[in-house]
Amino acid sequence: MTTASPAAPQTLIELDGVNKWFGKLHVLRDVNLSVNRGEVVVVIGPSGSGKSTLCRAINRLETIDSGSITFDGQPLPAEGKALARLRSDVGMVFQSFNLFAHKTILDNVTLGPVKVRKETKDAARGHAMELLERVGIADQAGKHPAQLSGGQQQRAAIARALAMRPKAMLFDEPTSALDPEMVGEVLDVMTSLAREGMTMIVVTHEMGFARHAADRVIFMADGQIVEQATPAEFFANPQTERARDFLGKVLTH
Amino acid sequence: MEVFSEKLGVFWDGYLGTLQMSLLAAIGALILGGVVAVLRIAPLPPLRGVGTAYVTIFRNVPLTVVMFFTAFALPLLGSNAGFLKIPGLTSVIKPLGTDLPFFRFATIALTVYTAAFVCEALRSGIGAVPPGQAEAARSLGLTFGQNLRHIVLPQAWKYAVVPLGSVIIAMIKNSALAAAFGVIVTLMGVVDELVSQEYYDALPVFLGVVVGYLTMTIPLGLALDAVERSQKKAVRR
Repeated sequence: MTTASPAAPQTLIELDGVNKWFGKLHVLRDVNLSVNRGEVVVVIGPSGSGKSTLCRAINRLETIDSGSITFDGQPLPAEGKALARLRSDVGMVFQSFNLFAHKTILDNVTLGPVKVRKETKDAARGHAMELLERVGIADQAGKHPAQLSGGQQQRAAIARALAMRPKAMLFDEPTSALDPEMVGEVLDVMTSLAREGMTMIVVTHEMGFARHAADRVIFMADGQIVEQATPAEFFANPQTERARDFLGKVLTH
Repeated sequence: MEVFSEKLGVFWDGYLGTLQMSLLAAIGALILGGVVAVLRIAPLPPLRGVGTAYVTIFRNVPLTVVMFFTAFALPLLGSNAGFLKIPGLTSVIKPLGTDLPFFRFATIALTVYTAAFVCEALRSGIGAVPPGQAEAARSLGLTFGQNLRHIVLPQAWKYAVVPLGSVIIAMIKNSALAAAFGVIVTLMGVVDELVSQEYYDALPVFLGVVVGYLTMTIPLGLALDAVERSQKKAVRR
């Protein structure tokens, strides 16, 4: 792949020599990654390989110990208002949904636009209903998260992130906490987002999604990016023993 | 038992005094304790240090010592806590406005002491909110303050309300100590006045005092039980 300079307009997210330790555990080792606007990058790898940490580091839910991360040409701010502003431009979808338990689905979706973007309540509500319509749960708008199925909750969480009109979306194992029959409805929403040109980084174990929706597959192991290629290349012809081993385990059934 | 017919007014004044001191100290401790709790979870380490120091001091020093300090050290520092003579409030809560500052001193001591426990009850409530809630709020771009106000505190409150109630009940009982520092117009002050000075039988006087405290603490306990029940119902919804 071509490495673009941070200033190059087509690059949206750039990680340069990123290292992170959890105590003695070296979870990210010299990670370099550049994601272009509109690109869909799927990160796969065995558990403990650092893929979630990588994803969370991009909006600084995890701090890094060395290296740099730039988003849209700006280095990640360390804290305060500037960091909040950056986060408002990066949508995040969590494994455990993390919908605000004390608020209705509609209020979950409008909170960010009203409090962070200072949209009027009416405008935010209108946009929120469009998004809930789009992810197929407009009829659940008045309910609380606990009253929804896991799949519905995750779709609501995607709508909540989209309501901020983010420049990129991060998905941290969005389907791992779901019952199998609900995985499809969430992946469908993600696939349509990918088709519309949203820049996405998706950490997942869904190889089917990686195959048909990704522009690029990144394989991580032991905190390193071991391999990256288009999905067609990667799945047909993995270059490293680790990747072959991993694919052998996840694709045999 | 003639003490009740002859001195009901003394009991009533004492009851009112304890009620007023408890009310003031509860409000003060909830506000101050809330502030200290926010300090203890603030993103800036020096603020956290201040909060932790506050709790360490006032949770570990006996209330008697805190009252001793306000009753004897404040006058030495040249204060008679006159800032508590809030116009308007003094006409409702008369002991606040008197020239003798002991009621004010005791109320301050009770407030700063109880605030440490309020802080810890609130903090345990904040700790009970799943971390993903605050993380999701941060990822939307909410600031620390917005996160607390809209996401963390409304949920922490639910977990904290029952322990907070216990703190307030303990505080009402602790207010009895004020009588030892010259605050006559409290329930415990009634004992001093009627038994030590007017030689009434101790037993009926104590009985009256106990009933006085129980009429404040038991309804509060029942209210807490009701809150707990309604929360359990809300969870089952």
